[in-house]
Amino acid sequence: MAESSLHQAAKTAGAKSYLQIVDVVKKFGDNTVVDHINLSIAKNDIFALLGSSGCGKSTLLRMLAGMETPTSGKIILDGEDITALAPYERPINMMFQSYALFPHMTVAQNIAFGLKQDRLSRSDIAERVERMLELVQMKKYAHRKPYQLSGGQQQRVALARSLAKRPKLLLLDEPLGALDKKLRQQTQLELVNMIEQVGVTCIMVTHDQEEAMTMAGRIGIMSEGQLLQVATPGEIYEHPNCRFTAEFIGETNLFGGHVVEDEPDHVCIHSTELPRPVRVGHGITGTMGMPVWLSLRPERVGVSRRQPVASGNWAAGTVGDIAYLGGFSIFHVRLDSGKVVKASVPATHWREEAAPTWNEPVFVSWTDNDAVVLTQ
Amino acid sequence: MQNKDISGFGKLTLGAGLAFLYVPILILIVYSFNASKLVTVWASFSTHWYGVLFNDDAVVSAFGLSLKIAFLSSAMSVVLGTIAGLVLARFGPFRGKSLFAGMLTAPMVMPEVITGLSMLLLFVELQQWFGFPAERGMLTIWVGHVTLCMAYVTVVIRSRLVEMDRSVEEAAMDLGARPFKIFFQITLPIIAPAIASSFLLAFTLSIDDLVITAFLSGPGSTTLPQLIFSRVRLGLNPEINALATMTVLVVTLLVVGANRMMVKAERRRARLAAA
Repeated sequence: MAESSLHQAAKTAGAKSYLQIVDVVKKFGDNTVVDHINLSIAKNDIFALLGSSGCGKSTLLRMLAGMETPTSGKIILDGEDITALAPYERPINMMFQSYALFPHMTVAQNIAFGLKQDRLSRSDIAERVERMLELVQMKKYAHRKPYQLSGGQQQRVALARSLAKRPKLLLLDEPLGALDKKLRQQTQLELVNMIEQVGVTCIMVTHDQEEAMTMAGRIGIMSEGQLLQVATPGEIYEHPNCRFTAEFIGETNLFGGHVVEDEPDHVCIHSTELPRPVRVGHGITGTMGMPVWLSLRPERVGVSRRQPVASGNWAAGTVGDIAYLGGFSIFHVRLDSGKVVKASVPATHWREEAAPTWNEPVFVSWTDNDAVVLTQ
Repeated sequence: MQNKDISGFGKLTLGAGLAFLYVPILILIVYSFNASKLVTVWASFSTHWYGVLFNDDAVVSAFGLSLKIAFLSSAMSVVLGTIAGLVLARFGPFRGKSLFAGMLTAPMVMPEVITGLSMLLLFVELQQWFGFPAERGMLTIWVGHVTLCMAYVTVVIRSRLVEMDRSVEEAAMDLGARPFKIFFQITLPIIAPAIASSFLLAFTLSIDDLVITAFLSGPGSTTLPQLIFSRVRLGLNPEINALATMTVLVVTLLVVGANRMMVKAERRRARLAAA
């Protein structure tokens, strides 16, 4: 009984971590680009590494592809240690940011290239190329050369080429970075659909948070070579675990302060930038008096002319700037302490009365569950 | 329609410039049809000197030798120069890389007299020590030309490889191709135009080289430039004009042909892109 449950546990753990990155470090000279990264990814997961340029995310991806060798650490894919394998020996394929299509080959030849390396029979290759062309809806263009295709079409060929060998792991390096903005949004879900249709484990690298949040099931936030937080898009947005993540994903208001009341179900934070302590409806692992940061998303902040009746979680101020964005407006409210709080208020909020205007005194308020305490 | 934009003075300077470039060649062509034995005195129209030219065994064999040397040395320098360019562009920093790059390109800036003389001394030494090469001739000229041409090929190929998108090669590796295969199936086809143009560059350098050839040639091996130079020293002869005219004709045909091929390919590409 105990043994079988143990066996079960091992099996689920195995299924859960199809790809394991174990304590991987990469140094270029004295410069540590990837700093002790541990990560495990489940089968058929779409995972996004998100970070600004130079955070080490591309280097990590290149180490997975085998283009770079880790200074230390291990990479295990489907139970096999692939750390020392050459790129051409790995069951991993990558879609490059520039697409890297072979300019002297047709679309069909591009897709067949990887299959030819595996010495598949001619008919097998033809069949698989056909299926890939169908998947990316490029059948009509099989005999075109890459330069005769638009950016979006090139991207689809690149995807087909990297999926043709049925890799155990698909790597996407800024998959939509080379497309213009309108096309990008449209392609994001299309790409996810194709990847899910094939059923392949996928790691993508991007600096575009919208792209990561739209496409990925889980996101890892990277900064200065370290993985700061790994979670679903929702968790990362609602419960960032550190200042960097809170600021990097979406907009937020940050207040510096320290803990003045520490209970298991709530804490109170005193900040010099706010008139009264803020009550937060979740416990933290910390001590009384420890310095913390308070993150408050703009859409969580209410703006009103009437003074809130609650005893806390509000502040008085005057409207500084207003950014009218149609469906909602962002009010920049200057508090008495001088701190500017951004509040994003939907247009439907102003049905009863006119929206406040410049230099009008207003109150900003939020509930116990709106602010998040950041201890790092 | 563009001519409208050019002022009278502009036309004048343009005309003068073109005249400066092409009138000498035109005169040379006109005088190749001169019946007189004197190059500078016009007698009457004749194709006599072309007959003389084609029956001149010395010219024919010198031309053959020049072609052979030019072909062999440009082929060899394309092979060696491509390898050298690949090493410099792809093999990362290695010990002595800048020294290697400098020494490869030195023949470009080195006065040819120095290159020629030093190679002559080398071959003389080699002959004394090893008895090989037994005499100076086609082989030694070929070696000399390869040293010179290879420098140019290396520069062309290296810069082409540096500007080429490396991720294309990485993609091939990612798809399972080994380095050797990547070079022949991906890199080589992509840089093929650069290889072709460096071949032509090497060919032209070799076929009209006089200085290095003069140091390295032996009694039995006279190249065309050497022949022309020695004949001109003895006195001008319309036969040389005829030879020069033939050269101009061949070059013009080649340039026009290559140009038309390029234009055709460009048009086809534009048509396909529009479709």
